[in-house]
Amino acid sequence: MNAPLRPAVAPLITAENLTIRMDGQEVLTNVSLAIQRAEIVTILGPNGSGKSTLLRALLGILRPASGTVTQRPGLVIGYVPQKLAVDRTLPMTVRRFLSLPVRVTDTDAASALIRVGMPDVAQRQMADLSGGQFQRILLARALLARPDILILDEPTQGLDQPGEAAFYRLIEEVRRETGVAVLMVSHDLHVVMAASDRVICLNGHVCCEGTPRVVSNAPEYRALFGLGTQGALALYQHVHDHSHDHGHHHGHDHGHDHSPHDHHGHDHGHDHGHHLHKDHDHA
Amino acid sequence: MITGMITGTTFTKTTTMLDDFLIRAALAGVGLALATGPLGSFVVWRRMAYFGDATAHAAILGVALALATDLPVVAGTLTVALAMAVTVSTLAARGWAMDTTLGVLAHSALALGLVAVSFVPGARTDLSAWLFGDILAVSRGDLAFIWGGAALVLALLVWRWQALLTATLNEDLAHASGLNPARERLVLTLALAVVVAVAIKVVGALLIAAMLIIPAAAARGLARTPEGMAMMASVIGAAATLGGLQLSLWQDTPAGPSIITAAAVIFALSASLGRMRRG
Repeated sequence: MNAPLRPAVAPLITAENLTIRMDGQEVLTNVSLAIQRAEIVTILGPNGSGKSTLLRALLGILRPASGTVTQRPGLVIGYVPQKLAVDRTLPMTVRRFLSLPVRVTDTDAASALIRVGMPDVAQRQMADLSGGQFQRILLARALLARPDILILDEPTQGLDQPGEAAFYRLIEEVRRETGVAVLMVSHDLHVVMAASDRVICLNGHVCCEGTPRVVSNAPEYRALFGLGTQGALALYQHVHDHSHDHGHHHGHDHGHDHSPHDHHGHDHGHDHGHHLHKDHDHA
Repeated sequence: MITGMITGTTFTKTTTMLDDFLIRAALAGVGLALATGPLGSFVVWRRMAYFGDATAHAAILGVALALATDLPVVAGTLTVALAMAVTVSTLAARGWAMDTTLGVLAHSALALGLVAVSFVPGARTDLSAWLFGDILAVSRGDLAFIWGGAALVLALLVWRWQALLTATLNEDLAHASGLNPARERLVLTLALAVVVAVAIKVVGALLIAAMLIIPAAAARGLARTPEGMAMMASVIGAAATLGGLQLSLWQDTPAGPSIITAAAVIFALSASLGRMRRG
Protein backbone atom coordinates (compact mmCIF):
# COMPACT_ATOMS: atom_id res chain seq x y z
CA MET A 1 0.00 0.00 0.00
CA ASN A 2 2.60 2.39 1.03
CA ALA A 3 5.58 2.49 -1.24
CA PRO A 4 5.97 6.05 -2.34
CA LEU A 5 9.44 5.67 -3.70
CA ARG A 6 9.06 2.52 -5.73
CA PRO A 7 7.37 3.22 -9.01
CA ALA A 8 6.02 -0.20 -9.92
CA VAL A 9 3.70 0.76 -12.75
CA ALA A 10 3.40 3.55 -15.26
CA PRO A 11 3.26 7.04 -13.72
CA LEU A 12 -0.15 8.55 -13.05
CA ILE A 13 0.65 11.81 -14.79
CA THR A 14 3.63 12.59 -16.95
CA ALA A 15 4.69 15.89 -18.41
CA GLU A 16 7.36 15.91 -21.07
CA ASN A 17 9.13 19.06 -22.17
CA LEU A 18 6.03 21.02 -21.38
CA THR A 19 6.02 24.61 -22.57
CA ILE A 20 3.08 26.88 -21.87
CA ARG A 21 2.55 30.32 -23.34
CA MET A 22 0.00 32.75 -22.07
CA ASP A 23 -0.63 36.01 -23.88
CA GLY A 24 2.50 35.40 -25.90
CA GLN A 25 4.66 35.02 -22.82
CA GLU A 26 6.35 31.79 -21.97
CA VAL A 27 5.17 30.89 -18.48
CA LEU A 28 6.63 27.41 -18.35
CA THR A 29 9.62 26.19 -20.30
CA ASN A 30 10.51 22.56 -20.92
CA VAL A 31 9.05 21.15 -17.74
CA SER A 32 9.26 17.39 -17.36
CA LEU A 33 7.97 15.48 -14.40
CA ALA A 34 6.20 12.27 -13.50
CA ILE A 35 3.97 11.52 -10.54
CA GLN A 36 3.99 7.96 -9.26
CA ARG A 37 1.40 6.08 -7.27
CA ALA A 38 1.06 7.04 -3.60
CA GLU A 39 3.81 9.63 -3.50
CA ILE A 40 3.48 13.13 -2.14
CA VAL A 41 5.08 15.65 -4.43
CA THR A 42 5.19 19.36 -3.75
CA ILE A 43 5.83 21.98 -6.36
CA LEU A 44 7.53 24.88 -4.70
CA GLY A 45 8.16 28.24 -6.22
CA PRO A 46 7.84 31.96 -5.66
CA ASN A 47 4.76 33.87 -6.78
CA GLY A 48 4.53 34.02 -10.53
CA SER A 49 6.75 31.01 -11.03
CA GLY A 50 4.07 29.14 -12.97
CA LYS A 51 2.97 26.69 -10.26
CA SER A 52 -0.75 27.04 -10.77
CA THR A 53 -0.23 27.13 -14.52
CA LEU A 54 1.61 23.82 -14.29
CA LEU A 55 -1.23 22.26 -12.29
CA ARG A 56 -3.81 23.52 -14.75
CA ALA A 57 -1.78 22.09 -17.62
CA LEU A 58 -1.51 18.74 -15.83
CA LEU A 59 -5.29 18.78 -15.32
CA GLY A 60 -5.71 19.27 -19.07
CA ILE A 61 -7.24 22.74 -18.74
CA LEU A 62 -4.44 24.55 -20.55
CA ARG A 63 -3.14 23.46 -23.89
CA PRO A 64 0.65 23.29 -24.09
CA ALA A 65 2.48 25.30 -26.73
CA SER A 66 4.78 22.32 -27.03
CA GLY A 67 5.48 19.12 -25.15
CA THR A 68 2.91 16.68 -23.81
CA VAL A 69 0.90 15.88 -20.73
CA THR A 70 -0.11 12.24 -20.39
CA GLN A 71 -2.61 11.00 -17.85
CA ARG A 72 -2.79 7.29 -17.24
CA PRO A 73 -5.97 6.03 -18.94
CA GLY A 74 -8.93 6.10 -16.57
CA LEU A 75 -7.09 8.25 -14.08
CA VAL A 76 -9.41 9.72 -11.44
CA ILE A 77 -8.28 13.10 -10.17
CA GLY A 78 -9.41 14.70 -6.94
CA TYR A 79 -8.86 18.40 -7.36
CA VAL A 80 -8.76 20.95 -4.57
CA PRO A 81 -8.64 24.42 -6.10
CA GLN A 82 -6.73 27.31 -4.62
CA LYS A 83 -9.81 29.27 -3.85
CA LEU A 84 -13.41 28.50 -4.33
CA ALA A 85 -15.62 31.45 -3.68
CA VAL A 86 -19.13 30.22 -3.01
CA ASP A 87 -21.13 33.21 -4.07
CA ARG A 88 -23.42 34.54 -1.35
CA THR A 89 -26.27 34.23 -3.82
CA LEU A 90 -25.78 30.47 -4.07
CA PRO A 91 -27.27 28.54 -1.17
CA MET A 92 -25.22 25.39 -0.70
CA THR A 93 -25.08 23.07 2.25
CA VAL A 94 -21.94 21.04 2.84
CA ARG A 95 -23.95 17.88 2.18
CA ARG A 96 -25.16 19.18 -1.19
CA PHE A 97 -21.66 20.29 -2.14
CA LEU A 98 -20.28 16.81 -1.53
CA SER A 99 -22.70 15.52 -4.19
CA LEU A 100 -21.10 17.59 -6.96
CA PRO A 101 -20.70 16.60 -9.68
CA VAL A 102 -21.55 13.01 -8.79
CA ARG A 103 -24.29 12.31 -6.29
CA VAL A 104 -23.04 10.33 -3.31
CA THR A 105 -24.97 8.41 -0.67
CA ASP A 106 -25.51 9.84 2.80
CA THR A 107 -23.32 7.08 4.21
CA ASP A 108 -20.42 7.95 1.93
CA ALA A 109 -20.85 11.65 2.61
CA ALA A 110 -20.89 11.08 6.36
CA SER A 111 -17.77 8.94 6.31
CA ALA A 112 -15.94 11.46 4.12
CA LEU A 113 -16.77 14.17 6.66
CA ILE A 114 -15.54 11.98 9.49
CA ARG A 115 -12.38 11.29 7.52
CA VAL A 116 -11.54 14.99 7.35
CA GLY A 117 -12.46 15.47 10.99
CA MET A 118 -15.67 17.43 10.45
CA PRO A 119 -18.54 15.07 11.25
CA ASP A 120 -21.11 17.69 12.26
CA VAL A 121 -21.15 20.20 9.44
CA ALA A 122 -23.33 18.46 6.82
CA GLN A 123 -26.19 20.94 7.17
CA ARG A 124 -24.03 24.06 7.43
CA GLN A 125 -23.88 26.54 4.57
CA MET A 126 -20.59 26.46 2.65
CA ALA A 127 -20.37 30.25 2.80
CA ASP A 128 -20.37 30.12 6.62
CA LEU A 129 -17.33 27.86 6.98
CA SER A 130 -13.96 29.15 8.12
CA GLY A 131 -10.96 28.88 5.80
CA GLY A 132 -9.64 25.71 7.42
CA GLN A 133 -13.05 24.03 7.49
CA PHE A 134 -13.59 24.97 3.88
CA GLN A 135 -10.34 23.35 2.79
CA ARG A 136 -11.28 20.16 4.62
CA ILE A 137 -14.65 20.05 2.90
CA LEU A 138 -12.97 20.55 -0.47
CA LEU A 139 -10.70 17.65 0.42
CA ALA A 140 -13.65 15.49 1.50
CA ARG A 141 -15.36 16.17 -1.82
CA ALA A 142 -12.22 15.31 -3.74
CA LEU A 143 -11.83 12.06 -1.79
CA LEU A 144 -15.40 10.95 -2.52
CA ALA A 145 -14.44 10.39 -6.15
CA ARG A 146 -11.96 7.74 -4.87
CA PRO A 147 -9.15 9.45 -6.76
CA ASP A 148 -5.86 7.96 -7.85
CA ILE A 149 -4.28 11.33 -7.33
CA LEU A 150 -5.14 14.41 -5.32
CA ILE A 151 -4.11 17.70 -6.85
CA LEU A 152 -4.08 20.60 -4.42
CA ASP A 153 -3.36 24.19 -5.35
CA GLU A 154 -2.01 26.07 -2.32
CA PRO A 155 -4.38 24.15 -0.06
CA THR A 156 -3.46 25.95 3.14
CA GLN A 157 -3.58 29.53 2.02
CA GLY A 158 -5.07 31.62 4.75
CA LEU A 159 -4.60 29.02 7.49
CA ASP A 160 -2.49 29.70 10.55
CA GLN A 161 0.48 27.50 11.13
CA PRO A 162 -1.12 24.91 13.40
CA GLY A 163 -4.00 24.69 10.96
CA GLU A 164 -1.57 24.24 8.13
CA ALA A 165 0.36 21.51 9.92
CA ALA A 166 -2.86 19.71 10.80
CA PHE A 167 -4.02 19.88 7.17
CA TYR A 168 -0.82 18.36 5.84
CA ARG A 169 -0.95 15.68 8.53
CA LEU A 170 -4.45 14.85 7.31
CA ILE A 171 -3.19 14.61 3.73
CA GLU A 172 -0.52 12.22 4.82
CA GLU A 173 -2.95 10.05 6.78
CA VAL A 174 -5.20 9.85 3.75
CA ARG A 175 -2.27 8.86 1.60
CA ARG A 176 -1.29 6.16 4.06
CA GLU A 177 -4.83 4.77 4.20
CA THR A 178 -5.78 4.91 0.54
CA GLY A 179 -2.52 4.94 -1.37
CA VAL A 180 -3.58 8.07 -3.19
CA ALA A 181 -0.82 10.10 -4.79
CA VAL A 182 -0.69 13.76 -3.86
CA LEU A 183 0.55 16.63 -5.98
CA MET A 184 0.42 20.02 -4.36
CA VAL A 185 1.63 23.47 -4.94
CA SER A 186 2.93 25.84 -2.37
CA HIS A 187 5.01 28.89 -1.88
CA ASP A 188 5.51 28.40 1.81
CA LEU A 189 8.48 26.51 2.88
CA HIS A 190 8.48 24.95 6.27
CA VAL A 191 5.48 22.69 6.54
CA VAL A 192 5.51 21.62 2.93
CA MET A 193 9.16 20.71 2.97
CA ALA A 194 8.47 18.36 5.81
CA ALA A 195 5.32 16.77 4.46
CA SER A 196 6.57 15.74 1.02
CA ASP A 197 8.38 12.76 -0.42
CA ARG A 198 9.67 14.83 -3.25
CA VAL A 199 9.94 18.53 -3.88
CA ILE A 200 10.14 20.17 -7.29
CA CYS A 201 11.39 23.74 -7.34
CA LEU A 202 9.82 25.70 -10.09
CA ASN A 203 10.62 29.09 -11.50
CA GLY A 204 9.34 28.95 -15.05
CA HIS A 205 11.39 25.80 -15.40
CA VAL A 206 12.36 23.02 -13.01
CA CYS A 207 15.23 24.45 -10.95
CA CYS A 208 15.87 21.44 -8.83
CA GLU A 209 14.13 18.33 -7.66
CA GLY A 210 14.58 15.72 -4.98
CA THR A 211 13.79 14.82 -1.39
CA PRO A 212 13.13 17.81 0.88
CA ARG A 213 16.59 17.38 2.41
CA VAL A 214 18.37 17.34 -0.89
CA VAL A 215 16.41 20.25 -2.28
CA SER A 216 16.82 22.44 0.76
CA ASN A 217 20.58 22.10 0.37
CA ALA A 218 20.59 22.62 -3.37
CA PRO A 219 22.18 25.88 -4.50
CA GLU A 220 19.31 26.49 -6.96
CA TYR A 221 16.82 26.31 -4.15
CA ARG A 222 18.82 28.67 -2.00
CA ALA A 223 19.16 31.06 -4.89
CA LEU A 224 15.40 31.00 -5.34
CA PHE A 225 14.40 31.41 -1.72
CA GLY A 226 17.39 33.11 -0.17
CA LEU A 227 19.77 31.83 2.41
CA GLY A 228 17.45 32.14 5.36
CA THR A 229 15.56 29.02 4.49
CA GLN A 230 17.79 26.63 6.33
CA GLY A 231 16.94 28.61 9.41
CA ALA A 232 13.27 28.38 8.60
CA LEU A 233 13.52 24.65 8.21
CA ALA A 234 15.37 24.32 11.48
CA LEU A 235 12.77 26.46 13.16
CA TYR A 236 10.11 24.26 11.74
CA GLN A 237 11.78 21.19 13.20
CA HIS A 238 11.24 22.64 16.66
CA VAL A 239 7.83 24.04 16.09
CA HIS A 240 6.48 20.90 14.58
CA ASP A 241 6.95 18.92 17.79
CA HIS A 242 4.14 20.69 19.51
CA SER A 243 2.16 22.48 16.93
CA HIS A 244 -0.40 19.66 16.79
CA ASP A 245 -1.11 19.60 20.46
CA HIS A 246 -3.10 22.76 20.86
CA GLY A 247 -6.39 22.21 22.44
CA HIS A 248 -6.14 18.66 23.51
CA HIS A 249 -4.07 18.38 26.48
CA HIS A 250 -2.92 21.50 28.11
CA GLY A 251 -4.90 23.99 29.99
CA HIS A 252 -1.97 26.33 30.28
CA ASP A 253 -1.41 28.81 27.59
CA HIS A 254 1.65 28.35 25.55
CA GLY A 255 -0.25 29.73 22.66
CA HIS A 256 1.35 30.13 19.33
CA ASP A 257 4.63 31.41 20.51
CA HIS A 258 6.89 29.25 18.47
CA SER A 259 10.18 30.77 19.33
CA PRO A 260 12.73 28.02 18.98
CA HIS A 261 13.84 28.48 22.56
CA ASP A 262 10.68 27.75 24.41
CA HIS A 263 10.02 24.33 23.08
CA HIS A 264 11.51 22.47 26.00
CA GLY A 265 8.88 20.96 28.16
CA HIS A 266 6.38 20.86 25.32
CA ASP A 267 7.63 17.80 23.62
CA HIS A 268 4.97 15.29 24.46
CA GLY A 269 6.53 12.40 22.75
CA HIS A 270 4.47 12.51 19.60
CA ASP A 271 6.40 11.02 16.81
CA HIS A 272 6.10 13.82 14.35
CA GLY A 273 9.80 13.71 13.78
CA HIS A 274 9.31 11.33 10.90
CA HIS A 275 7.82 14.09 8.83
CA LEU A 276 11.27 15.33 8.28
CA HIS A 277 12.81 11.99 7.52
CA LYS A 278 10.27 10.34 5.40
CA ASP A 279 12.54 10.62 2.46
CA HIS A 280 14.30 7.58 3.87
CA ASP A 281 11.67 5.08 4.75
CA HIS A 282 8.02 4.99 5.42
CA ALA A 283 6.79 1.58 6.32
CA MET B 1 -86.34 25.56 -19.13
CA ILE B 2 -85.16 25.30 -22.68
CA THR B 3 -83.80 28.79 -22.67
CA GLY B 4 -82.01 27.94 -19.46
CA MET B 5 -80.38 24.94 -21.09
CA ILE B 6 -79.36 26.95 -24.08
CA THR B 7 -77.89 29.76 -22.06
CA GLY B 8 -76.21 27.10 -19.97
CA THR B 9 -74.53 25.63 -23.00
CA THR B 10 -73.50 28.98 -24.35
CA PHE B 11 -72.11 29.85 -20.97
CA THR B 12 -69.91 26.74 -20.79
CA LYS B 13 -68.78 27.26 -24.32
CA THR B 14 -67.64 30.85 -23.90
CA THR B 15 -65.79 30.06 -20.72
CA THR B 16 -64.03 26.93 -21.91
CA MET B 17 -60.90 27.50 -19.99
CA LEU B 18 -58.55 28.54 -22.77
CA ASP B 19 -61.10 30.91 -24.24
CA ASP B 20 -60.77 33.24 -21.32
CA PHE B 21 -57.99 35.72 -22.00
CA LEU B 22 -57.25 36.05 -18.29
CA ILE B 23 -56.82 32.32 -17.86
CA ARG B 24 -54.57 32.22 -20.91
CA ALA B 25 -52.56 35.09 -19.51
CA ALA B 26 -52.19 33.33 -16.16
CA LEU B 27 -51.16 30.09 -17.83
CA ALA B 28 -48.64 31.92 -19.99
CA GLY B 29 -47.06 33.58 -16.97
CA VAL B 30 -46.97 30.40 -14.92
CA GLY B 31 -45.45 28.46 -17.82
CA LEU B 32 -42.78 31.11 -18.21
CA ALA B 33 -42.08 31.07 -14.46
CA LEU B 34 -41.35 27.33 -14.60
CA ALA B 35 -38.37 28.08 -16.84
CA THR B 36 -37.30 31.43 -15.41
CA GLY B 37 -37.04 30.07 -11.85
CA PRO B 38 -34.12 27.70 -12.44
CA LEU B 39 -32.60 29.69 -15.31
CA GLY B 40 -32.88 32.93 -13.36
CA SER B 41 -31.11 31.25 -10.44
CA PHE B 42 -28.16 30.50 -12.70
CA VAL B 43 -28.24 34.07 -14.00
CA VAL B 44 -27.98 35.27 -10.40
CA TRP B 45 -25.33 32.75 -9.30
CA ARG B 46 -23.15 33.40 -12.32
CA ARG B 47 -23.76 37.14 -12.28
CA MET B 48 -25.12 37.14 -15.79
CA ALA B 49 -27.78 39.81 -15.26
CA TYR B 50 -26.40 42.09 -17.94
CA PHE B 51 -25.99 39.11 -20.22
CA GLY B 52 -29.72 38.49 -19.90
CA ASP B 53 -30.39 42.13 -20.71
CA ALA B 54 -28.24 42.09 -23.83
CA THR B 55 -29.91 38.96 -25.12
CA ALA B 56 -33.40 40.25 -24.39
CA HIS B 57 -32.79 43.66 -25.93
CA ALA B 58 -31.44 42.04 -29.06
CA ALA B 59 -34.81 40.35 -29.42
CA ILE B 60 -36.35 43.70 -30.44
CA LEU B 61 -34.06 43.67 -33.43
CA GLY B 62 -35.32 40.16 -34.12
CA VAL B 63 -38.89 41.42 -34.03
CA ALA B 64 -38.06 44.15 -36.56
CA LEU B 65 -36.33 41.72 -38.89
CA ALA B 66 -39.18 39.22 -38.66
CA LEU B 67 -41.82 41.87 -39.40
CA ALA B 68 -39.82 43.24 -42.31
CA THR B 69 -39.36 39.80 -43.87
CA ASP B 70 -42.79 38.37 -43.02
CA LEU B 71 -41.21 35.60 -40.99
CA PRO B 72 -42.85 34.50 -37.76
CA VAL B 73 -41.79 36.84 -34.95
CA VAL B 74 -40.69 33.84 -32.91
CA ALA B 75 -38.14 32.88 -35.54
CA GLY B 76 -36.75 36.40 -35.56
CA THR B 77 -36.43 36.78 -31.80
CA LEU B 78 -35.01 33.30 -31.35
CA THR B 79 -32.38 33.79 -34.05
CA VAL B 80 -31.23 37.22 -32.99
CA ALA B 81 -31.30 36.39 -29.27
CA LEU B 82 -29.24 33.30 -29.96
CA ALA B 83 -26.77 35.24 -32.10
CA MET B 84 -26.39 37.84 -29.37
CA ALA B 85 -26.00 35.24 -26.62
CA VAL B 86 -23.34 33.38 -28.60
CA THR B 87 -21.51 36.63 -29.41
CA VAL B 88 -21.48 37.64 -25.78
CA SER B 89 -20.25 34.32 -24.47
CA THR B 90 -17.57 34.14 -27.16
CA LEU B 91 -16.33 37.61 -26.23
CA ALA B 92 -16.41 36.64 -22.54
CA ALA B 93 -14.34 33.53 -23.24
CA ARG B 94 -11.78 35.72 -25.04
CA GLY B 95 -11.42 37.84 -21.95
CA TRP B 96 -13.18 41.03 -23.00
CA ALA B 97 -14.11 43.42 -20.23
CA MET B 98 -17.63 42.12 -19.85
CA ASP B 99 -19.21 44.98 -17.99
CA THR B 100 -18.44 47.45 -20.74
CA THR B 101 -18.91 45.02 -23.62
CA LEU B 102 -22.32 43.96 -22.39
CA GLY B 103 -23.33 47.55 -21.81
CA VAL B 104 -22.38 48.44 -25.36
CA LEU B 105 -24.05 45.39 -26.89
CA ALA B 106 -27.24 45.53 -24.83
CA HIS B 107 -28.02 49.13 -25.52
CA SER B 108 -26.85 49.10 -29.12
CA ALA B 109 -29.07 46.11 -29.83
CA LEU B 110 -32.04 47.82 -28.25
CA ALA B 111 -31.47 51.10 -30.09
CA LEU B 112 -30.83 49.38 -33.39
CA GLY B 113 -33.95 47.28 -32.89
CA LEU B 114 -36.09 50.35 -32.23
CA VAL B 115 -34.68 52.14 -35.26
CA ALA B 116 -35.29 49.08 -37.40
CA VAL B 117 -38.85 48.68 -36.15
CA SER B 118 -39.64 52.27 -37.14
CA PHE B 119 -39.03 51.32 -40.76
CA VAL B 120 -41.64 48.58 -40.63
CA PRO B 121 -45.04 50.01 -41.50
CA GLY B 122 -47.60 49.47 -38.78
CA ALA B 123 -45.18 48.02 -36.26
CA ARG B 124 -44.62 51.37 -34.59
CA THR B 125 -48.05 51.20 -33.05
CA ASP B 126 -47.46 47.93 -31.19
CA LEU B 127 -43.99 48.87 -30.15
CA SER B 128 -44.97 48.96 -26.51
CA ALA B 129 -46.31 45.41 -26.81
CA TRP B 130 -42.82 44.20 -27.74
CA LEU B 131 -41.11 46.32 -25.13
CA PHE B 132 -43.43 45.59 -22.23
CA GLY B 133 -45.24 42.47 -23.34
CA ASP B 134 -48.86 41.89 -24.14
CA ILE B 135 -49.76 39.00 -21.92
CA LEU B 136 -53.49 39.70 -22.16
CA ALA B 137 -53.32 39.09 -25.92
CA VAL B 138 -51.74 35.64 -25.61
CA SER B 139 -53.41 33.24 -28.05
CA ARG B 140 -53.76 29.49 -27.78
CA GLY B 141 -50.91 29.13 -30.23
CA ASP B 142 -48.75 31.46 -28.13
CA LEU B 143 -49.63 29.41 -25.09
CA ALA B 144 -48.49 26.19 -26.75
CA PHE B 145 -45.28 27.91 -27.77
CA ILE B 146 -44.64 29.29 -24.28
CA TRP B 147 -45.23 25.97 -22.56
CA GLY B 148 -43.23 24.10 -25.19
CA GLY B 149 -40.30 26.51 -24.83
CA ALA B 150 -40.46 26.41 -21.05
CA ALA B 151 -40.54 22.61 -21.05
CA LEU B 152 -37.55 22.53 -23.38
CA VAL B 153 -35.54 24.88 -21.17
CA LEU B 154 -36.53 22.99 -18.04
CA ALA B 155 -35.57 19.65 -19.58
CA LEU B 156 -32.22 21.06 -20.71
CA LEU B 157 -31.46 22.42 -17.25
CA VAL B 158 -32.53 19.26 -15.44
CA TRP B 159 -30.45 17.15 -17.79
CA ARG B 160 -27.28 19.24 -17.24
CA TRP B 161 -28.07 20.22 -13.65
CA GLN B 162 -25.14 18.60 -11.81
CA ALA B 163 -22.62 19.69 -14.42
CA LEU B 164 -24.03 23.22 -14.56
CA LEU B 165 -23.82 23.59 -10.81
CA THR B 166 -20.27 22.29 -10.66
CA ALA B 167 -19.15 24.59 -13.46
CA THR B 168 -20.91 27.49 -11.76
CA LEU B 169 -19.00 26.87 -8.53
CA ASN B 170 -15.61 26.61 -10.20
CA GLU B 171 -14.72 25.90 -13.80
CA ASP B 172 -11.40 24.26 -12.97
CA LEU B 173 -13.15 21.97 -10.54
CA ALA B 174 -15.59 20.98 -13.27
CA HIS B 175 -12.75 20.43 -15.68
CA ALA B 176 -10.87 18.20 -13.25
CA SER B 177 -14.03 16.09 -12.91
CA GLY B 178 -14.04 15.50 -16.65
CA LEU B 179 -16.73 18.08 -17.46
CA ASN B 180 -16.45 20.73 -20.13
CA PRO B 181 -17.34 24.15 -18.68
CA ALA B 182 -17.58 25.68 -22.17
CA ARG B 183 -20.33 23.21 -23.06
CA GLU B 184 -22.25 24.07 -19.89
CA ARG B 185 -21.97 27.77 -20.73
CA LEU B 186 -23.43 26.99 -24.13
CA VAL B 187 -26.35 25.16 -22.50
CA LEU B 188 -27.17 28.27 -20.48
CA THR B 189 -26.77 30.46 -23.55
CA LEU B 190 -29.24 28.34 -25.51
CA ALA B 191 -31.67 28.24 -22.62
CA LEU B 192 -31.50 32.00 -22.30
CA ALA B 193 -32.21 32.57 -25.99
CA VAL B 194 -35.26 30.29 -25.84
CA VAL B 195 -36.58 31.99 -22.71
CA VAL B 196 -36.17 35.40 -24.32
CA ALA B 197 -38.11 34.30 -27.38
CA VAL B 198 -40.81 32.86 -25.14
CA ALA B 199 -41.00 35.73 -22.68
CA ILE B 200 -41.13 38.64 -25.06
CA LYS B 201 -44.87 38.20 -25.45
CA VAL B 202 -45.40 37.91 -21.70
CA VAL B 203 -43.29 40.63 -20.10
CA GLY B 204 -41.61 42.25 -23.12
CA ALA B 205 -37.99 42.71 -24.06
CA LEU B 206 -37.27 45.33 -21.42
CA LEU B 207 -38.48 43.26 -18.48
CA ILE B 208 -37.33 39.74 -19.35
CA ALA B 209 -34.19 40.14 -17.28
CA ALA B 210 -36.33 41.32 -14.37
CA MET B 211 -38.44 38.17 -14.62
CA LEU B 212 -35.24 36.14 -14.46
CA ILE B 213 -33.52 37.96 -11.64
CA ILE B 214 -36.14 39.26 -9.22
CA PRO B 215 -37.88 35.96 -8.36
CA ALA B 216 -34.51 34.21 -8.00
CA ALA B 217 -33.18 36.99 -5.78
CA ALA B 218 -36.36 36.82 -3.68
CA ALA B 219 -35.95 33.05 -3.34
CA ARG B 220 -32.34 33.29 -2.14
CA GLY B 221 -33.13 34.04 1.49
CA LEU B 222 -35.73 31.31 1.67
CA ALA B 223 -33.63 28.41 0.38
CA ARG B 224 -30.82 26.24 1.72
CA THR B 225 -29.90 24.38 -1.46
CA PRO B 226 -29.62 25.34 -5.13
CA GLU B 227 -32.61 23.16 -6.00
CA GLY B 228 -34.65 24.76 -3.25
CA MET B 229 -33.83 28.21 -4.59
CA ALA B 230 -34.68 27.26 -8.18
CA MET B 231 -38.06 25.84 -7.23
CA MET B 232 -38.84 28.71 -4.90
CA ALA B 233 -37.98 31.14 -7.69
CA SER B 234 -40.51 29.42 -9.96
CA VAL B 235 -43.17 29.59 -7.27
CA ILE B 236 -42.46 33.27 -6.68
CA GLY B 237 -42.48 33.94 -10.43
CA ALA B 238 -45.88 32.24 -10.74
CA ALA B 239 -47.22 34.12 -7.73
CA ALA B 240 -45.97 37.40 -9.19
CA THR B 241 -47.73 36.61 -12.46
CA LEU B 242 -51.04 36.01 -10.73
CA GLY B 243 -50.62 38.99 -8.44
CA GLY B 244 -49.62 41.25 -11.31
CA LEU B 245 -52.57 40.16 -13.43
CA GLN B 246 -54.88 40.83 -10.51
CA LEU B 247 -53.41 44.28 -10.08
CA SER B 248 -53.75 44.93 -13.78
CA LEU B 249 -57.38 43.90 -13.66
CA TRP B 250 -58.23 46.08 -10.67
CA GLN B 251 -56.32 49.17 -11.55
CA ASP B 252 -56.13 48.84 -15.31
CA THR B 253 -52.33 48.96 -15.18
CA PRO B 254 -50.14 47.45 -17.93
CA ALA B 255 -49.88 43.71 -17.25
CA GLY B 256 -46.15 43.09 -17.84
CA PRO B 257 -44.89 45.87 -15.57
CA SER B 258 -47.54 44.91 -13.00
CA ILE B 259 -46.13 41.37 -12.87
CA ILE B 260 -42.62 42.69 -12.29
CA THR B 261 -43.95 45.09 -9.66
CA ALA B 262 -45.56 42.16 -7.85
CA ALA B 263 -42.24 40.28 -8.02
CA ALA B 264 -40.46 43.30 -6.58
CA VAL B 265 -42.93 43.43 -3.69
CA ILE B 266 -42.30 39.74 -2.97
CA PHE B 267 -38.57 40.43 -3.10
CA ALA B 268 -38.91 43.24 -0.58
CA LEU B 269 -40.94 41.02 1.75
CA SER B 270 -38.46 38.17 1.43
CA ALA B 271 -35.50 40.46 2.04
CA SER B 272 -37.00 41.97 5.19
CA LEU B 273 -38.03 38.52 6.39
CA GLY B 274 -34.46 37.35 5.91
CA ARG B 275 -33.16 40.38 7.79
CA MET B 276 -35.54 39.75 10.67
CA ARG B 277 -34.50 36.12 10.84
CA ARG B 278 -30.82 37.03 10.93
CA GLY B 279 -31.18 40.04 13.18
